[in-house]
Amino acid sequence: MTGHDVSDTVPLRADLVIEYPFIRTTGPVVGAFLTGLREAVLVGIRRVDGTVMVPPVEYDPVTSESLTEVVEVSSTGTIVSWTWVDPPRPGSPWDTPHGLALVLLDGADTPLLHGVLVDSADELATGLRVEAVWRD
Amino acid sequence: MREVAVVSSAIHQVEALTFTTDVQLMVPLINEARSAVGLTQADIGFTCSGSSDFLAGQGFSFVQTLDAVGAFPPISESHVEMDGAFALYEAWVKLQIGEIDTALVYSYGKSSPGSRRDVLAVQMDPYTVAPLWPDAHAVAAIQARLLLESGAVSAERLAEIAVRSQHHAVGNPNALRASTDATVVSVLSEAMVSDPLRPSDIAAESDGGCVVVLAAGDRARSLCERPAWIRGIDHRIDAHALGVRDLTRAPSAALAALKAGAPDDHLDIAEMHSPTTSQEHILATELGLGPDTVVNPSGGALAADTLMAAGLVRIAEAARRISNGEADRALAHATSGPCLQQNLVCVMEGQ
Amino acid sequence: MTNTPVPDGVPTDQVAEGPPIDLPPSISNVEPVLSVRTPIRLEYDFIPSAAAQQYLRAYASKRILGNRSPVDGAVFVPPRGVDPRNGVVADEMVDMVDRGHVGSFCITHLPIPGRRDLPVPYVSAWIHLDGADIGFLGLVAGCAATDVRIGMRVRAVWKPDAELAATAENVLHWEPTGEPDVPVDEAGNRGWALRQAATRGGDDA
Repeated sequence: MTGHDVSDTVPLRADLVIEYPFIRTTGPVVGAFLTGLREAVLVGIRRVDGTVMVPPVEYDPVTSESLTEVVEVSSTGTIVSWTWVDPPRPGSPWDTPHGLALVLLDGADTPLLHGVLVDSADELATGLRVEAVWRD
Repeated sequence: MREVAVVSSAIHQVEALTFTTDVQLMVPLINEARSAVGLTQADIGFTCSGSSDFLAGQGFSFVQTLDAVGAFPPISESHVEMDGAFALYEAWVKLQIGEIDTALVYSYGKSSPGSRRDVLAVQMDPYTVAPLWPDAHAVAAIQARLLLESGAVSAERLAEIAVRSQHHAVGNPNALRASTDATVVSVLSEAMVSDPLRPSDIAAESDGGCVVVLAAGDRARSLCERPAWIRGIDHRIDAHALGVRDLTRAPSAALAALKAGAPDDHLDIAEMHSPTTSQEHILATELGLGPDTVVNPSGGALAADTLMAAGLVRIAEAARRISNGEADRALAHATSGPCLQQNLVCVMEGQ
Repeated sequence: MTNTPVPDGVPTDQVAEGPPIDLPPSISNVEPVLSVRTPIRLEYDFIPSAAAQQYLRAYASKRILGNRSPVDGAVFVPPRGVDPRNGVVADEMVDMVDRGHVGSFCITHLPIPGRRDLPVPYVSAWIHLDGADIGFLGLVAGCAATDVRIGMRVRAVWKPDAELAATAENVLHWEPTGEPDVPVDEAGNRGWALRQAATRGGDDA
């Protein structure tokens, strides 16, 4: 018997599920952002040039300077760019078709990626004003 | 700088390698590339590969793929969890040290068992972005809209890029999306995948692999009639987070091209690793390509995009056109990370 | 000094020092988030290679297949379709017997999560089938763990016929045959090395 001809048979197959149950420590800056999410407050961090980056990280991603001043920004902002996600992606927090957008929050200088829940892509546009909807 | 050249290559890309393991894919490809220049593994000074465990769904999967090389007796080898173009960079550095004269570089990707656009979400920030599972098409679409609405490019121009790729890919046995019939009108009539990106705007996902043999100096001349000499190679990185970048630009691509010496002379061809038409437009601008440079004569990554190998395929495609005399000076580009975060530029010449 | 809150149980000398962080009033007097769960789940439709498909189908009828190297005739079990030492295709299938010897082994005293059926201590061993040139992993049972030794002859204990399927679980474990041991110097990979040396010697003569 030679060769690996399996063309005459229904192939064996199996679902392979890989799960990584990560628990990540946050550090004080990312932890502050997540603390804010729990308290229904959005925060960023002030960069050396005075602008505010959202979400915050401990260092400036361009200059690598340490950043320490966490500041509150608004829960209201403006869509900078967007797309429409249909069907919704497995694992995502949303189970219906939705927008995905870069949102520039009032008081922030860098946009945040998040879902925008509207009924259809026709309702989305760059420049649209949106606000955070918090869980109860 | 020591003279190092691409002397041989092998490419295989198909829609899905259903019954073929990574090892079985690479055995014939590696043998093809080595034997084309009369080498066996015993003649190879250093072996470097690129692949992703997230595609294989298996930890340290690259160790098993070394079976394809024939790694006994033990060989000198390394691996990067990146496109093979970055493995080629490591091999090039190793050759610069001067202790070896030959290197084998390979990479492969079999993304068909999983949902590739979703697997790529795990490369985003794990605290604040990845938990939203933004898929790769959606993220690229947000970038494309910024580009379109900035006025830098029109939807028609992006469709022209898609059409050119499909035309060039005709005759390329490793291209999945090739057509002489594609037109701007037909592309613009396609339904959106991730608004504003249509199917033809997004690279055709393929399974496959690529092998490149490098050699230095006289060794290269003895192995190959017309080696593709690497005159410059450079890898630069922009910030990871999407929000802190101007997504209509790719400064790291421009810097890599400058450092690799791309602007020093006329480029006959450029093979770019562009996962979308919008990213190809950004790259063409950043790399400073002129109107007399033939862009993606193979069809480019849009015609067949093997994750982890598409960049190395660009180097192989460009090197082949130098070795067969079609081109005298070529640029090959590879990218990694979301929205062109990392960029590698390799400039090759026939003389 | 850092003002970083430290999760319970983390030694303070393992906490990186950073500059003090200023927080806005809205989150400065609440319990800080110190860690976050970010599970990643990826689903794949796994299709075994052609060689593995053949192997698993044969396994369902209590046959064990290997691949023979076209270079030197070495036999690899399970078959992967290649000779990993020479990097060449190896698609000749060989029917193996379901007995062999222990090439090496390990006694484990900790239970495996999800295998409550497995009493501890259990013995995992490198099983070298007669005619094979490499070993593969199997459980050894049917004797006291302390009686397992390198070179011990073993045979497969299959699942009842009604439970056989195209799965690696068909062999429940390997049990001693009672035959004389393979000498330690010829067992497992040592045996392979001896055969290799003999082959080279033959070439030289």
